[in-house]
Amino acid sequence: MGLTVDNLHVVLGKRAVLGGVTASFVPGRVTAVLGANGAGKSTLLRACAALLPASGGQVMLDGRDAATMPARERAQAIGYLPQDAAVHWNMTVRDLVRLGRLPHGDDGVEAIAAALAATDTAALADRPVRSLSGGERARVLLARVLAGEPRWLLADEPLASLDPLHQLETLALLRAAAGRGTGVVLVLHDLTLAARVADDVLLLKDGAVLAGGPAAAVLTEANLAAAYGVRVAILPHAAGPVIVPQGRA
Amino acid sequence: MRRKALLVGLAVLVVALFAASLMVGKAVVPLSAWWSGDPRWAIIAELRLPRAGLATLLGASLGLSGAVMQGWLRNPLADPGVLGTSSAAALGAVAAIVLGGATQWGIFAAAMACAAGGLALLAGLTWRAETPAAFVLAGTVLASLAAALTMFLISIAPNPYVVAAAIDWLMGALTDRGVEDLTHAAPFMLAGCALLLATGRSLDALTLGPDAARSLGISLPRLQALVIAGAGLCVGAGVAVTGVVGFVGLVVPHMLRPLSGARPGALLVPAALGGAALVLAADIVCRLAPGAGEVRLGVAMALIGAPYFLVLLLRERGRSWG
Repeated sequence: MGLTVDNLHVVLGKRAVLGGVTASFVPGRVTAVLGANGAGKSTLLRACAALLPASGGQVMLDGRDAATMPARERAQAIGYLPQDAAVHWNMTVRDLVRLGRLPHGDDGVEAIAAALAATDTAALADRPVRSLSGGERARVLLARVLAGEPRWLLADEPLASLDPLHQLETLALLRAAAGRGTGVVLVLHDLTLAARVADDVLLLKDGAVLAGGPAAAVLTEANLAAAYGVRVAILPHAAGPVIVPQGRA
Repeated sequence: MRRKALLVGLAVLVVALFAASLMVGKAVVPLSAWWSGDPRWAIIAELRLPRAGLATLLGASLGLSGAVMQGWLRNPLADPGVLGTSSAAALGAVAAIVLGGATQWGIFAAAMACAAGGLALLAGLTWRAETPAAFVLAGTVLASLAAALTMFLISIAPNPYVVAAAIDWLMGALTDRGVEDLTHAAPFMLAGCALLLATGRSLDALTLGPDAARSLGISLPRLQALVIAGAGLCVGAGVAVTGVVGFVGLVVPHMLRPLSGARPGALLVPAALGGAALVLAADIVCRLAPGAGEVRLGVAMALIGAPYFLVLLLRERGRSWG
């Protein structure tokens, strides 16, 4: 059971972006997918949501092949928050969050109210999206995914373009979702935030898994040097380890 | 609540304009003539009823096509013409006028055949295309090619009368359209509208971008097929009976978006009603022109459309520069 990736190969254009990734994500836990630019993090996330065809291997959702299951069923199970947070029409926050119910084909009044409450956006419900600040907008887009009550929440850099306070609040939201049993998979760039939020870490390099497992075991100086090519110092702190890049490894 | 008021308001407007369209013309026929055995009833039943019916259907299908096209391309400046279907249909009609005897049915069949051919070419050019931009480019290729061939056909026309007939036809009009025109075009337009009305939820989801829409279980190839077939049927059949009538698909969604809300799916039915109202109104204005003739519908639409966009431009300028 769960969301597992088995020897996954993905080719984009003529480039092999993922070359045999095997990983498994656990419900109720937050997994951070880390790696240098171009390591295949976003591609892995998109492939998990069946947005990209695998050229080899497969993604299994609760024991079934995610690529061949009915799109609607897959959409009910997996909520995907893309990195490009475009909202092309200036609709109201409520209409936007309601889109999360499309896979269920119902009004989902309670789920929408819960998503608005969880993201602290209920007061914004009747505002047009373009009148929101960047932080408010990110929370509303997250509410859209939560409104679908997915069992898996895949988010591609949900913290990009957020200020520190909103980063912490968003992380708290994602942690809370995991606390309710949702499997959360995040692509992150900030190593310190990853160390703080993630239960598990999947470290990618050149389209393959360099290391995977509990965060503390994976986020070592040696692994990070191998993945990013930087020397890092890992400093203990009450809120979680602080990872400071120091120079070329 | 607000949406219900908008729909009822637009529906009442369409009914009122339809009734006005039956009454108004070079000869005004009062309501009382409709049931009192007045001989002027023939004007209404044989001339104005099919014309008003055609105006309603044409406006509804163009307004709906425009709303769907803008939602699909996520661009408020898109209109049904961007797929090149109207140019292709116009090519077919002009070919029938110049090369054939130009019977009513011949023009219709040639225009529909060329519209279908244009859609097939579009589908071929955009096979496996990922982005809407590919469709706009392919549509531009198709439109330019069709326009060039249309001009070529007019240039080789055997005599000036044929040239006049072709150009007259290209300007777009509802003048002297009869029951046959309505019965030829209506099935295609209604089928096209049915396909387009099925796109609402997918267009809503596409607001979040293609990846998010697919993650919500939306099939983009299905949406693409619905949009192209639906808009192709609507625009092809429209051009086949009335010539080229622009601006409706572009202006109507713009006018109604502030009232219906920005959600693309919520705009579809209002845009259909609004398009019907606009074309009915424009056709009435055409007939009221002084003198013996009528203003061309295509010309009237452009005269309404251009100032509307001027106002939009001035308002935008006031907002961003002022």
